[in-house]
Parts: sequence; C-alpha cells; structure tokens
Amino acid sequence: MHFTLKIWRQENADVAGGIQTYEVDDISGDTSFLEMLDILNDQLESDGGLPVAFDHDCREGICGTCSLMINGTPHGPETTTTCQLHMRSFQDGDTIFIEPWRAAAFPVVRDLVVDRSAFDRIIRAGGFVSIDTGSAQDANNTPIPKDDADYAFDAATCIGCGACVAACKNASAMLFVSAKVSHLAHVPQGDAERRGRVLSMVDTMDAEGFGSCTNYTDCEAACPKAISTDHIAVLNREFIRAKIGRTT
Amino acid sequence: MELADVPAQPVKKRNRMKLDAKIPEGPIQEKWSRYRNKLKLVNPSNKRKFRVIVVGSGLAGASAAATMSELGYAVDCFCFQDSPRRAHSIAAQGGINAAKNYPGDGDSIYRLFYDTVKGGDFRSREANVHRLAEVSGLIIDQCVAQGVPFAREYGGLLDNRSFGGAQVSRTFYARGQTGQQLLIGAYSALSRQVASGNVRMFTRMEMLDVVVVDGRASGIVTRNLVTGEVESHAADAVVLATGGYANVFFLSTNAMGCNVTAAYRAYKKGAGFANPCFTQIHPTCIPVAGDHQSKLTLMSESLRNDGRVWVPQQVGDTRPPNEIPDAERDYFLERKYPSFGNLTPRDVASRSAKEVCDEGRGVGKTGLGVYLDFRDATARMGRDTVAAKYGNLFDMYQRITDENPYQVPMRIFPAPHYTMGGLWVDYNLMSTVEGLFVIGEANFSDHGANRLGASALMQGLADGYFILPATIGNYFAQLGISHQTVSPDHAEFKQAEQGCTTRLNRLLNASGNRTVDSFHKELGRIMWENCGMSRNAEGLEKALQQIPELREEFWKNVKVMGAGEELNLSLEKAGRVADFLEFGELMCRDALTRNESCGGHFREEYQTPEGEAVRDDEQYCHSAVWEYTGDDAVPIRNEEQLEFEYVELALRSYK
Ligand SMILES: Cc1cc2nc3c(=O)[nH]c(=O)nc-3n(C[C@H](O)[C@H](O)[C@H](O)COP(=O)(O)OP(=O)(O)OC[C@H]3O[C@@H](n4cnc5c(N)ncnc54)[C@H](O)[C@@H]3O)c2cc1C
Ligand code: SF4
Ligand code: FES
Repeated sequence: MHFTLKIWRQENADVAGGIQTYEVDDISGDTSFLEMLDILNDQLESDGGLPVAFDHDCREGICGTCSLMINGTPHGPETTTTCQLHMRSFQDGDTIFIEPWRAAAFPVVRDLVVDRSAFDRIIRAGGFVSIDTGSAQDANNTPIPKDDADYAFDAATCIGCGACVAACKNASAMLFVSAKVSHLAHVPQGDAERRGRVLSMVDTMDAEGFGSCTNYTDCEAACPKAISTDHIAVLNREFIRAKIGRTT
Repeated sequence: MELADVPAQPVKKRNRMKLDAKIPEGPIQEKWSRYRNKLKLVNPSNKRKFRVIVVGSGLAGASAAATMSELGYAVDCFCFQDSPRRAHSIAAQGGINAAKNYPGDGDSIYRLFYDTVKGGDFRSREANVHRLAEVSGLIIDQCVAQGVPFAREYGGLLDNRSFGGAQVSRTFYARGQTGQQLLIGAYSALSRQVASGNVRMFTRMEMLDVVVVDGRASGIVTRNLVTGEVESHAADAVVLATGGYANVFFLSTNAMGCNVTAAYRAYKKGAGFANPCFTQIHPTCIPVAGDHQSKLTLMSESLRNDGRVWVPQQVGDTRPPNEIPDAERDYFLERKYPSFGNLTPRDVASRSAKEVCDEGRGVGKTGLGVYLDFRDATARMGRDTVAAKYGNLFDMYQRITDENPYQVPMRIFPAPHYTMGGLWVDYNLMSTVEGLFVIGEANFSDHGANRLGASALMQGLADGYFILPATIGNYFAQLGISHQTVSPDHAEFKQAEQGCTTRLNRLLNASGNRTVDSFHKELGRIMWENCGMSRNAEGLEKALQQIPELREEFWKNVKVMGAGEELNLSLEKAGRVADFLEFGELMCRDALTRNESCGGHFREEYQTPEGEAVRDDEQYCHSAVWEYTGDDAVPIRNEEQLEFEYVELALRSYK
C-alpha cells in the first residue's frame, strides 16, 4: 500500500513547528502503525534526513508510551493504542495526518513527543495507599466482593497515555483522574485516605492547567482501554462527599 | 545415557575474581531470618545521611526505591522512559507465584523452592532460592494492601491458577495484566515517596556509566535524553535494576528500549557478568509475519492451562486446522511429557516446538509455528468462560494476526523473552564491585538456567521490597556515618563523563551509510541462528568471528543523524546497539565454554538419543562469571561452585 503522510515536525519546545509531507510505499497491511513510521524513518535516515521523533516502548498496548493524533483522532480509528493499530485499518492511497497530543498541560518536546509528567504529579498528589513495605496483613484477611474487585480492576487498567486529554475540547484530565480515584474507592484499602485523595488530586489537576469537564464524553470514545465515563460520575460523587466532609 | 561423540572444549579454570557468595550459616529454613537478625543497622536519624542511586523503575527498581525511602534513606531514581510507570515490567501478563497455599493443594515454601531449583536445571544458588520462596507470600500481602486488584473468586478471596513447571496452583494474577497492576502498585508507592521529598525522580535519563572511586561504586554518569546533557550523580551506593537483555536478538518480546547498556558498562567497570548465555526462549509467542516486524508479541503462558499444543502428524498437511481430525494431530507435548503435558517448562516446550518444525510439520505461511487450540476448552467450559479468562489475550492476537482464535487455533512460535544471566551478586545482592547492587532481571541470581513462569515478578519484588532494603543497610552501617559521599567533581566522574562524551561524538561523527537498525537486525540474526534455542560449537565459533567483524563495520559505517545536545532517538539506539555488539560476543563465548546442555542452554552435542538435554554436573555445576580485562583482551571465566544440599541433583524429568 502507498500512503501520503502529513506529519507535525517541531525541533523543540521553543520553536514553532509545522506539517511536512512524506510518502511511503510497499507497506503491508500487517505492518503496525509504528512499524510504518520505522520504515519512514529508515528512509529519512538513509537520505540524510532527521527521523521523526515519536514516543513508544512496549508496542503491546500496555505501557501507555505511544501517543499520536491520527487524522484528528487520538490513537487513530480503532479502539486501541497506536502501537496496536495496523495499516490494514487504512485504504491504499490514503493521506494520513499525524500530530502530537495537543494540550497546554502536555507541551511538545520534539516532533510528536510530548511531556506528560503532569500525570505523574497528579498521582503523587494522592493516587496511592499509604502503606509502608512489610506492614501488611495477610492478603486473604480482606475479602473483596468480586463485583467490586472487577469494577476497581476496570478502572485500574488505565495506561496513563493521555488520549482522553487529547480528545477533549477542554483538554480535561477527568477520565484519567477518575480512573485512579474510582479504582481506590472500590477497594477497602483505599478507604482511609478517600477524602484527602480526591481533593488533592483534583486540586493538582487544576493547577497543572488541564481544562474542566463539560461532559462531552469524547474521552471515553478515545480511550484505548475503554475506561468508562461512569468513573467520572464516581469522581464527582467522591469529590462532593469529600467537600462536605471537609466543611462539617 | 549415550552422548554424541564430540571433543570437549578445554575449560580454563582461573579464578581471579573473589566470588564469595556470603551464604549465611545454618539450616536453609533459618538462614535468612537468622542473617537478618544479625545485619548491622543504621540508626533511623542517620539514614537520611546516606544517598542511594537506583537505576530503573520497573518492579525491582520502583519497589526498592520506595522501600528504601520509607526506611529513611535519600534516594535518586532514574529511568529512560518519560514516566517510571512505563518500565518494561508493565508488560508482564500471566502472573506472580507465591507459596501461600490458599487453594490447599499441598503447596509450601519448600515446594516452591524445590520447583524453582529444579526448573532452573540445578544452576542456581539454593540459599537464594529458598529466601525467595520464603518472602513470596509477603509480596502478595504487600501488593493487596496497596490496592492491587488481583483476580478474586466469588467468595471475595484471591484466585490462583497454575503455570508451567508446577503441579500446584500458586500463581496470583490480574486478568492478563499482572505486571501492569503490580507495577502501578510499586509506582504508586514510589510516587508517595517522591511526594514526601525523599525520592528524587529523574525521567528520560539514560545511565551511561558507573563511577567507581577507591574500589566503591560512588555514582553514575547519565545522558539527559531531552537536552543531551551528560551529567554526574554521586551517591553512597548504586543499585542497578535495569532489566534484561533479550533485545540482543533484535526480535524479542521485550519493549523496544530494553538494553544491556547499564549492566554492560558496569561489567566494564569490574562487575562480574554471570552466565550471559542463559537466555529464555518463550514457547508461546505470535510467529514472525514479515521483514517489517519490530518486535514479537508474547501470548501468556497461562494459555497453556487450557489450550492444547499440536501440529499435523503428516509432513506437508496443509489442510485448515479445523479440518484435520484428532487422529491425524500430534499433541506432541502431551505425547512426550504425559505428566506435565502442555504445562512443561518453557525451555522444554520451546525445543519441542522447534523440533516438530524442523521435521517439516510446522504450520502457517512460514512453517515456523505450532497450533495452540482452544476447541476442547471451549467445549468444556463454554465460550464465555474462555473469554473471561483469556479475552484480552484473544483480542490482542486477533488485532495482530487478523485471525479469530475463538474459531481457528492460534499459531505460536518460540521467541526470546527473558535473560537468566546477569551481573553476578552475592547473598546481599551486591556485585563484585563494592557498593554496586543489582536487582531484578538485571542480576543472575535465582533462576539458574531456566526461569519458571510467574517467578520473575516474584523475584523482582522480593529483591526490591524485602531483600535489598535489608542488606543495603548493612553496607551503609559498615561504611559508618563519618563516611563522606564522593563529590561529583571528583576526577573519576570527570573522566567517566569525558569517556561518555567521546563515545557519543564518535557515534555522531561516524558518517557511514548504514542505519543503526540494520546492524541490530544483522546481530540479531547471528545470535538467533547460533546462540538461540539450540547451539553448537561450530556455530558459536562462527558467531565469534562474525560479531567482531560486524562491530568493526558498525563503527566505520554506521549513520547516526542529528546532534548530541537534543532529543535524538537514533543516537540513543546507536549507543545501545554498540553495547549489544560487544555483549553478543560475551554470550557466545559463555555458550561455547559451557560444554553441557542445561535449561535454556541447549548444546546440540550434549543430548540423549531422544533429544533430551544432558547436564554435566561433574564439570559444570557452577555459575560462569566473566571478568572484563580490556577491549581487545579475552575476558576471564571465573567460577562459583554450586552446592546442592537440600535438593538432590537429579535428572530433570517432566515425563
Ligand atoms: C511480554 C512479557 C511478559 C512477561 N510476563 C511475565 C509473567 O507473567 N510473570 C513473570 O513473573 N514475569 C513475566 N515477564 C518477565 C518480567 O516481566 C520481567 O523479568 C520483569 O518485569 C523485569 O523487571 P525489572 O524491574 O528487573 O526490569 P524492567 O521492568 O525491565 O525495568 C528496567 C528499568 O530500568 C530502566 N533502565 C534500563 N536501562 C537503563 C539505563 N541505561 N539508564 C536508565 N534507566 C535504565 C528502565 O527505564 C526501566 O525503568 C514477562 C516479560 C515479558 C517481556
Ligand atoms: S483514561 Fe484512557 S485515555 Fe485516559 S490516560 Fe487512561 S487509558 Fe489513556
Ligand atoms: S508502545 Fe506501549 S502502549 Fe503503545
């Protein structure tokens, strides 16, 4: 297959970027999207050009490193990560636009690479259970109803990729934050710090410059792990509960 | 037992390195507890005076950094990803072992210990393995307390499954995403410590060298992957938790960034490298589809719980699998190993798959594949149960191959997956360089010549949560509180920085015309053909000739675009491949000088007429520990003898 690629190139955070056009040929449908970019980079390097910088690591859809707006959609047309997207999802001759995540809280580092460290700072604000190593009781002393455990699990599968932010008109991080809050709100281990956690994580989210949530649910559609906006409802409930708790 | 008639390679015994494993006295069940009681302690208020560098934020690194910080030490943690949560551990699927015996099927610490020693084909250290089994249960407790959502039964208690090489169910799991959930647990513990100010986290930083001052590890040199700056970081101890080196094969199940750089540079600074040829080829991976392929995808071993592995009985049977009747199928694992069946350990399963493909009975376009069939499991449990257990793996398979495994059997083939070899460490997890500790997959310790499924996660977390934080205190206590941290302006740091910069410039200035990847692929081919699933002296000798030639060409003809002072992915890759090009040679040398077959190391010359591995306990009941002696010199092979007091050295049989 042949593709025309329109790719965002930007040398670093301090200079302006722009779209450049490239052609790739002889791409089989079994090639993954990132392997297609590998082929392009090989081509660019062989011709003495600079390869396109993009983030990736596991290429199995689990580390959350890969990103990319593909034709305006985070991770492209399928419900999966960019690394698990294959070229068979496109038509021979297609023109494909490839851009970085766009959000004030995710500044571009180079080309398609952005800085998502704001997510780490949100987790540091409370996305944990305060338990020192070695002080835990026997694991089976705390049975957890299977339904709760499964629900917590669904939230815990968030890979921290940032597609939800990239998809949102307001660049809100609500889905990401709600996934962690909801995970820990559905296991008893999270109970003790429940109030402080949600307040502190939401405060940090705001301080990092993410927008507010106005219920477009584009995040859910873009999420490669199908994290449901139900978790945002959980977050809102937790938040209100915590606020009330704080003022009484 | 008959052996093929081949002359043995002469083995030089020249122990130059001091390889004192420091195994404590006493009966094996009491060694760790007694030892721990005797370890010197650092007074709580003095702990913050000691700074420790942890390179790596995978299960081993994150758990160690978090725990040492909780204890009060000042910790600097480094990773090359943009966030510690993305370390390769995240990709582990199947599960983590622990001798909890919740199912009541007869498991015990002893049994886990025994299975691991036997699974490793008697090439690991008994005392270490026993300790691992002892702390395994604590890991599960800790992770559950962090909120890790392990699979549960309807009663709300934890569920277990079985894995290769074991006849009990001791594997805890979180759907097919166990590594992710455990790593997020460790990452959250780490995040809490970063928030407390006790851990400084450095992301997008690659360690390029260890700095040794007066015989002690005193810090590291890194390259900032965003700005390109080469910097020094000083500390009172350095911990490497930098993972495995399976990417030496180019195609492997490892994440793209996995590398040997940190471990190899430490080796060049005096840390012994143990058993580099002990690599694991995992039986259940999706077969290679074409030249474009950048990595291989693992299908969790847990699939072998319910899937049945087979090939057609007849060579050249090209009928679609569902049209081949049972009588004309060869369920070769069940046939050859009736008591373990589809759950034989990985090395055995991989070799059997290779054998049937070598006979011409392989399936798929390339003939390099065998079927993993869920037809019978679906009939027995129903499609929904199969989907609940393996749904996400089936989806992943379908996404990659465009075939529906609910309807046609999966095709699988072995692929490089894990490396048992690594930097040599003593019982304290300290390498042959004082103050340089190595944990997780980066060390060589517990898995011998073959790792059992679900035990890497266990080992990484045992090292990081429970063992290193105890033993490193003893090291600091010995240093004493009057100990002064070396200054990062010390001449050794400056020299190391200079060395790194020179090397980076050499790569940037090599104005050749071959891409880094083309060299990596060629090295991978040499390694896979000669030092892969089976090895022989002739092939290894050939590889030992080809690798230096390829390396020479690399330095003359590689093309690295861009500059040093910026984010430069080709430069990062080039540096890692340059190290693989040296390290591959060490692997082949190790494979050539181990004249026996054991675990993942199968030397064709040493097998029974039925094709089973033949160990040589007389000569090779030891770990081979390689000592660097200069770029152009042949490294020295040292030996650590292994004693088996509690598990009888026996033929490893899964029949
Ligand atoms: C696909 C797959 C599935 C697996 N499934 C299982 C399973 O089900 N059960 C099981 O027990 N095991 C499994 N394993 C094995 C297991 O996941 C690994 O052995 C284990 O996670 C390794 O952990 P680690 O902490 O030692 O290293 P890693 O998780 O690899 O972490 C390495 C860290 O070191 C850092 N690093 C490396 N080099 C440098 C450098 N030069 N400078 C700075 N930082 C550096 C990286 O950034 C990273 O943070 C699986 C492995 C694979 C590939
Ligand atoms: S919620 Fe979904 S889209 Fe957002 S970071 Fe998590 S996995 Fe990515
Ligand atoms: S590269 Fe890991 S999720 Fe895509």
